[in-house]
Amino acid sequence: MRPLLIRGARVIDPSRDADGVADVLVVDGKIRAVGRNVAPPENARVIDGAGKVAAPGLIDLHVHFREPGQEDTETIATGAMAAVAGGFTAVCAMPNTDPVTDNQAAVGFVVRQSIRAAKARVYPIGAISLGQKGQQLAEFGEMVGAGAVAVSDDGKPVVSSHLMRTALEYAKVFGIPVADHCEDPTLSHGGVMHEGLVSTRLGLKGIPSAAEEIMVARDIILAELTGGHVHLCHMSTRGSVDLIRRAKEKGLRVTAEATPHHFALTHERCEGYDTHAKMNPPLREAEDRDAIRSALKDGSIDIIASDHAPHHYDAKEREFDDAPNGIVGLETALGLAIRELVVPGLLTLPQLIARMSTMPARIFHLSGGTLAVGAPADLVLFDPDARWKVEATAFHSKSRNSPFVGEELIGRTLLTLVDGRVAFDRSLGGD
Amino acid sequence: MARALQRMASEIVERCFGADGLVLVGIQRRGVELAERIARLVAQTEGQPPLLGKLDITLYRDDLQAIGPRPVVAETRLPPNLDGKTVVIIDDVLYTGRTVRAALDEFADFGRPKRILLCVLVDRGGRELPIQADIVGTTVTAGPADRVDVSVMELDRVDAVDLVRGAPA
Amino acid sequence: MTVPTLGKDLVGLEHLSAGQIQLILDTAEPFKEVSERPIKKVPALRGKTIVNLFFESSTRTRISFEFAEKRLSADTVNVAASGSSVSKGETLVDTARNLEAMRIDMVVIRHHSSGAAQFLGDRIRSNVINAGDGKHEHPTQGLLDMLTLRDHFKKLAGLKVAICGDVLHSRVARSNIWGLLKLGAEVAVCGPPTLLPRGVEQLGVTVLPRIEDAIQWADALNILRLQLERMEAGFIPSLREYNRVFGVTSDRLARAPKDLLILHPGPMNRGVEIDSDVADGPHSVILPQVTNGVAVRMAVLYLLAGGAPDWVSGSGGEER
Repeated sequence: MRPLLIRGARVIDPSRDADGVADVLVVDGKIRAVGRNVAPPENARVIDGAGKVAAPGLIDLHVHFREPGQEDTETIATGAMAAVAGGFTAVCAMPNTDPVTDNQAAVGFVVRQSIRAAKARVYPIGAISLGQKGQQLAEFGEMVGAGAVAVSDDGKPVVSSHLMRTALEYAKVFGIPVADHCEDPTLSHGGVMHEGLVSTRLGLKGIPSAAEEIMVARDIILAELTGGHVHLCHMSTRGSVDLIRRAKEKGLRVTAEATPHHFALTHERCEGYDTHAKMNPPLREAEDRDAIRSALKDGSIDIIASDHAPHHYDAKEREFDDAPNGIVGLETALGLAIRELVVPGLLTLPQLIARMSTMPARIFHLSGGTLAVGAPADLVLFDPDARWKVEATAFHSKSRNSPFVGEELIGRTLLTLVDGRVAFDRSLGGD
Repeated sequence: MARALQRMASEIVERCFGADGLVLVGIQRRGVELAERIARLVAQTEGQPPLLGKLDITLYRDDLQAIGPRPVVAETRLPPNLDGKTVVIIDDVLYTGRTVRAALDEFADFGRPKRILLCVLVDRGGRELPIQADIVGTTVTAGPADRVDVSVMELDRVDAVDLVRGAPA
Repeated sequence: MTVPTLGKDLVGLEHLSAGQIQLILDTAEPFKEVSERPIKKVPALRGKTIVNLFFESSTRTRISFEFAEKRLSADTVNVAASGSSVSKGETLVDTARNLEAMRIDMVVIRHHSSGAAQFLGDRIRSNVINAGDGKHEHPTQGLLDMLTLRDHFKKLAGLKVAICGDVLHSRVARSNIWGLLKLGAEVAVCGPPTLLPRGVEQLGVTVLPRIEDAIQWADALNILRLQLERMEAGFIPSLREYNRVFGVTSDRLARAPKDLLILHPGPMNRGVEIDSDVADGPHSVILPQVTNGVAVRMAVLYLLAGGAPDWVSGSGGEER
C-alpha cells in the first residue's frame, strides 16, 4: 500500500482535542505521524490539504442496508459505497432486514459482505427479539461473538416493558448498548406525520410527540432500574430532549442520537403531500427542531446518525398514506450538518466531528473516531466550504429518496480512507 | 334609437297579428334590455303586454371547446311552455349568425314554437351562416376588423350605436 | 366577456381565492335553471370525456357528478375500485397514466387517502376534480353547502355557521371551513374533543365544546355524519350517548334564540347526530343541498373545462 501524506490540512481530532494546520502521514494502513513538516517517504502520494479539513472518518450508528431481502433498494456494498462518498468510514446496520438479523449466522453474513465490499466498515446490529417480534430475546452473546456491536429492534418499538428491561439487563453481560426506536404504537397507530396544524390541514392522521416521549421516559426509567445502557434512536421532540437532559443530570447510562432531517426540516415540509418528507419519527415543529439543535450543542443529544433508509424510487411515488417511511442520508449528512449547525454558529467544526465520529465510536465501542498515531487510518478529508447541489442521479446509494435533492449543501467529502485504503476519492472522477 | 325601437315594435305587432301568443326573448346581454323596451312599446299600442323571456346561449356556443377561459354564463328564463307560441328573438347586433344558430338550437330543447322570428337593432353584415333577420332597426356596413358597439341606458347610461373602425384585416 | 380560470384542477378550497370561490358560486346560479328545463341538457361539454374514478364507494356524490356531466353533454365512464385493475394492486399513478393514454379530458376522483387528488393532478394533464380525498377536502360539497347558505341568507359575510360532529375525520368540514372563512363567514366547530383535530382553532374557527353553545351562537348548523367505526375505534363510548350529548334534537333547537338553518352532507344517521324531526323539519335544507350539488358540480366542470389539455389543438375566434 502506497504511503499517503496529506499536507497542510486543518487537522481536527476531537479524541485528542487537536485542531490546527498539520500534515497527516498514513503508512501501512495506520496513522504514522501527525504534525508540522512531516517528510513524505519515497513513493508517497502527497495530497495538498490547504483549506481542507482532515478528520477521523465519520461514524454512523444508524443505517438500513436492506441486504438481505431488498437488494433492489440497497446492498451492503452499495450502502458502504454511499457511506464513504459521504465521508463515513464505519456504519452500523440495523437488523430489520428480511430475514431479520437475529442470530449468529445472520450477523456473520453482514460482516462477510462488509469485508467483501471493502468500502466503509459495516458493523451489524443484532435484533433484540427473535424476528423483531417483541417476544423472545435473541441470542445476544452469540451475535456479539459474530461481530454485533449493539442490539436494536429499530423500525419497530420494543412495546413490552418487560422485554426492554430484560434486554437492558442481559446486554450488560456483553457491554453493548440497547438501541431503541421510541414509539408507543397504540398512540401512533395509523399516523403518517406529526400531529399538529399541518396534519390537521392536510387531513392526515398525526403521530403526537407524546408517542415518542412516553417511550423515552420508560426507557430512561428502565435504564435507571437496570443500570443498562440505553441508546435512544432518532430523537425528534423537545419533550424527549428534556427527558434526556434530566436523565443525564442523574448520571444514567443514556445516550441519544438525532438525524440531519430532524435538525434541518419541520412538518411543513409535508405540504403538498411530499412523500419524501414522510419519516418515522415524523418531522416535527420548528420548536422541536430548535430543541434538537440546542441538544446537539449542549450534548444532551450525543451524536448525529443518518437513519439512512433507502427505498426504490416508485415506492415513494404514491399516496402519502401508503408511502414508506424514511430517506437516504449518508451522502447528505455532512453537508447538511455544516449548513444547518456549523455555518449558523451552533457547533464548531471540532464539535461536529465529535458528534459524527468520536462520540459514536465511544458509544458503540468501535475503533475509529481518532487520528492518534498508531490507530487504523480511518480518515476523511473534506472541503468545509464547498457549496454543491444535491443531484439524485449522483448518489452512490442504489436509492434516491431524498427531500434534499436540488438543495445546496455546504461541505463535501474529497477523500475517504478506511484502514489506510483509499475507499473514496472525488478527484478520481465519477462526480 | 327610440325611433328605431318604435318601428321595430310596430313591425313585430304587424307581422305577428298582435300581442296574443307572442313571446319576446332577449339574448343576453343587451338583447334583454332591448326586448323589455320593445315589450313596453307593444303593450302601449296593444293594451296587453307580450310574454318576455331571456336567453343565454353560452352553453350552446359552437366554439366552447376551442376557446380558453370560460365565458360568463348569464341567466336564462323563458315562459314555461313555448309550444304553439310565436317567438321573436331580439338581439342587439347580427353579425356571423352563430349566436342565432345557438339560440335556435336552444329553443329546440324548450319546446316547439309555432314560429320564430329574428329581430335585431343593427345588422352589420358578415354572415357565416345562412341566417337573415326578419326585422332590422338599422343596417351598417362594417368590415371584419371593425366593431359595432351597442350601448343601452339600463347598462351603459346612454343609448348609442357606435361603429369603431379597426385596422383593415 | 370571459372570466378567469380556476386553474387545471379543483383539489380543495384552501388554495382558492375568495374571488375564485365566488366565481364558482355565481356560475352555479344559471346552472340551477338547466335542471328545471324540460330537456335537462345543454351541449357545453359535448365531446369531453370524463372518468369518474371512485376508489371509495359513494352513491350520492357519484350520481350527482354523473348528472352534472350528462346535463353538460359530456361522455362519462365510471370506474369503481372493485372490479378494475385497481383491486389487482395497480398503483394510482399507473391507473392514472392508463386513463390518460386513452385521451380523457377530466377525472373526478374519490379516494380514501388524503392528497390523492393532488397526487393525480400533479401527474396527469387532464383536469382533476376532487370528489373527496381521505380526511382532506371535499370541495364541491363545501361549495354546495355555501351555495345553499347563500340562497337562504343572501350573503355569507358575517354569517355564523357551526360545523357539528366528527370534524377530525371530515373532509366536508375542512372544505366548509376554508370556503366560509374566505367569504367572510364566522365558523365554529362543535363536537367531542376526541373528534376535533389538533390545532383546529389555529385555522381561524371557534371551538364550542357543547352542542347547546353552538345552537345559541349559530345562524346555521352543518351537521356531520358520525361514522359507526368511530365508536369501535374508541373515539366515543356509544352512539346512544353521542345522541344524548351531541345530537341535534328538536328539544335543543327549541331553546335557540332564532330559527337555525339545518344542513347535513348526508347520508344521515337519523337518531344519532340528527333527529328525524329536525332532518325533516321546516328549517332543514338537506334536499336543496342535493339539488344545489348538481348545479355546483356543473359550474365546476364548465369552468375547469376552460383549461383544455394541451393535445386539444386549434383555436377559434370568439364571436363578436
